Amino acid sequence: MRQVAIYGKGGIGKSTTTQNLTAGLADMGKKIMIVGCDPKADSTRLVLGGLAQKTVLDTLRDEGDDIELDTVLKEGFKGIKGVESGGPEPGVGCAGRGIITSISLLERLGAYEADLDYVFYDVLGDVVCGGFAMPIREGKAKEIYIVCSGEMMALYAANNISKGIYKYANTGGVRLGGLICNSRKVDGEAELVSAVAKEIGTQMIHFVPRDNAVHRAEINKKTVIDFSPDEPQAEEYRTLARKIDANDMFVIPKPMPIERLEAILMEHGMVA
Amino acid sequence: MSGNERELLETLVKRVANGPSGTHIKDKLLDNYSAKVYKNRKEHVIQLEEGVENQSIAANTRTIPGIMTARGCCYAGCKGVVVGPLKDVCVITHGPIGCGFYSWGTRRNRAKPDEHTDKNFVTYCFSTDMQEPDIVFGGEKKLEKAIEEAMELFSPKCIMICSTCPVGLIGDDVQAVARRTEEKYGIKAIGYSCEGYKGVSQSGGHHIANNGLMRYVIGTGDKKPKTKFSVNVLGEYNIGGDGWEEVRILKRCGIEVLNLFTGDASVESLKSAHLAHLNLVMCHRSINYIAEMMKTKYGLDWLKVNFIGVEATCKTLREIAKYFNDPALTKKVEEVIADETAAIKDDMDHYRAKLTGKTAGIFSGGSRSHHYQALLRDLGMKTVIAGYEFAHRDDYEGRDVIPTIKEDADNKNIESITVKPDEKLYHERYTAQQIADLKSGEEGIELDTYDGMIPEMCAGDVVVDDYNHFETDALIKTVKPDIFLSGIKDKHSIQKAGVSSRQIHSYDYSGPYSGFRGAVIFARDVAMAIYTNAWQLVTPPWKHEPMLTGKIAEEGKNA
Repeated sequence: MRQVAIYGKGGIGKSTTTQNLTAGLADMGKKIMIVGCDPKADSTRLVLGGLAQKTVLDTLRDEGDDIELDTVLKEGFKGIKGVESGGPEPGVGCAGRGIITSISLLERLGAYEADLDYVFYDVLGDVVCGGFAMPIREGKAKEIYIVCSGEMMALYAANNISKGIYKYANTGGVRLGGLICNSRKVDGEAELVSAVAKEIGTQMIHFVPRDNAVHRAEINKKTVIDFSPDEPQAEEYRTLARKIDANDMFVIPKPMPIERLEAILMEHGMVA
Repeated sequence: MSGNERELLETLVKRVANGPSGTHIKDKLLDNYSAKVYKNRKEHVIQLEEGVENQSIAANTRTIPGIMTARGCCYAGCKGVVVGPLKDVCVITHGPIGCGFYSWGTRRNRAKPDEHTDKNFVTYCFSTDMQEPDIVFGGEKKLEKAIEEAMELFSPKCIMICSTCPVGLIGDDVQAVARRTEEKYGIKAIGYSCEGYKGVSQSGGHHIANNGLMRYVIGTGDKKPKTKFSVNVLGEYNIGGDGWEEVRILKRCGIEVLNLFTGDASVESLKSAHLAHLNLVMCHRSINYIAEMMKTKYGLDWLKVNFIGVEATCKTLREIAKYFNDPALTKKVEEVIADETAAIKDDMDHYRAKLTGKTAGIFSGGSRSHHYQALLRDLGMKTVIAGYEFAHRDDYEGRDVIPTIKEDADNKNIESITVKPDEKLYHERYTAQQIADLKSGEEGIELDTYDGMIPEMCAGDVVVDDYNHFETDALIKTVKPDIFLSGIKDKHSIQKAGVSSRQIHSYDYSGPYSGFRGAVIFARDVAMAIYTNAWQLVTPPWKHEPMLTGKIAEEGKNA
């Protein structure tokens, strides 16, 4: 079982990319579970066809410890299993602790079946506290992909997340598998992201072009492969899935100082 | 050799043994530390030197991690010490159950039901018993539910909420809950952000509690004193009934006690505390903030007193009389002193005969190590080691050093409030000149100030700040006092080392130890401990048989 965590700046398209990518893997016949680690609980919407299930933490709060796995774990597109950790409303409590609680509970309930090929953790925003680092900290996810674009803040975040991975690389054994560029159509995007990836010591595993097909599929609560399998964009996600399945480049990232990152941005981002 | 010559010789021999500086105990103790720890601890452990005035000590700074300190936490200082004893208040510990449970009834603050409400919540423990989901989703709802339950079951006039560590981490707004409680139930409610991790010890919690009482309680009542000699006894927590003995004596003298602060105290009565004629301060460390703020806001003077010890109690009563400067009161005070001391004379003589020449060590929180030296002196005993858990430099060296205390990030983390003279209620009894006169000279009184513990100690005595387990053990070995007064954390290890111990925080279920009658009880307990030191009669097996056996191998061969 490969356990994969997807990190990236807020709003960069982590959930969309994760679900379209897993749809591609499912297309290849892989057995997959997605664990949404975002209090907004929207990490499995596209594979399950809407906000289908109660979150783990809501269930825990309403029903106590006596939870059936079925209540929180639902199957969607091509057998992809989806579970949402959930969390408190903004401004109260501790969402980070929520993720820790939720993952421990899933383990106790036996969600991690032996025949799963992949478990994906879709983790909220930047690494904001210990709780959000849980999937990498406790040696659960061994490989990380960072979703980014050529925009400056997305690359800042990617560099920051690399710092988090670096910190836990020796104790938890976590490695960076690559950057996924979710294109925003900025100048020299592919070159820029590749350059940043190289500096960090990793690769840009795939460049996902910007395409309205994603938007249309999302409105219909579906992944592209599910909604419009013949669109070119569907093929992009299948390619991404194949690349990840075949990936063998797992590194301890070398996060760079801010000055170096800015220099790379100047070099590649300014050329029109 | 005449007696005098022999004494001189002995002194000389001692001096040589002590080395030129006479600080051998301190040096021997600190020698055991690594360079880094030594560098820190050498400022916190001092041995008083002959002819050296104003010896300074480091205090109120962070404990080195790993050292087995006796300190508690900020929550312990706020809930456990200052607001916990308020008998008409339902004090809710907002946090996991352990913080509430282990601060439940451990301080022996005795209290009778409140005269206003007939309530007494001191023996109860209220907690929100936070669980994992409350941490994740926030604990305010559970807190409000707890308050609702408390209102239904106990209908208190006042609720106080004390925050534990996780509350600060997840950001529950206990002050907002308190405001909502006031609106909903029409009672007084105060939230304290006294999370355990704040500051360096309990001391921060005392300050936070002081701020809350000053901001929301004191000055909100208008119940006037019945007499012209009324006082509050600040920093008296009525452990084992100490405060009641003080009230008994003061009452006999014709002095009205409005509030014991906060032993056997009620919020209802604290509201009018500002109308007293004088504040008496027992535990300077935990309550000096209120004493100072009441002086600024209401012009109310405070007098540092000590009701622990017969001589100290007499001195305290005479100083109060001197402050009020009323011939009838002065006469009455002298009559009471004569009568009370006569009543205990036989008992005190009896115990003094048994105890004279014995030595003692005292490790306490932030005041008692000073107070009890007076009572031990009454019994012919000498305190040779004194230490505090959480005192500040002013408690050791006197308030004059306050302007020279450097603020650090830990101190700044504890809110310090400032007050202004109250437009209507500010009233000065004496002018600044009159106060200066009262304080000056041989007979001067400790008014609006405190001179600290060190000035009352002698050369050779050891003073320890933020004492720890190792230092306690080591000092007992080198100094071998006859009795060591400390707390539950070290009592048993002290006793097993063959030295008697009495708990000076809780009095081992005994007390009161204050005033005249309390002095006799203390003398009895100390004599009992010293003359029944069972552990001294036990020889542990490792003293006469080896615990490990082995063979010494010949060189070059295996054993």
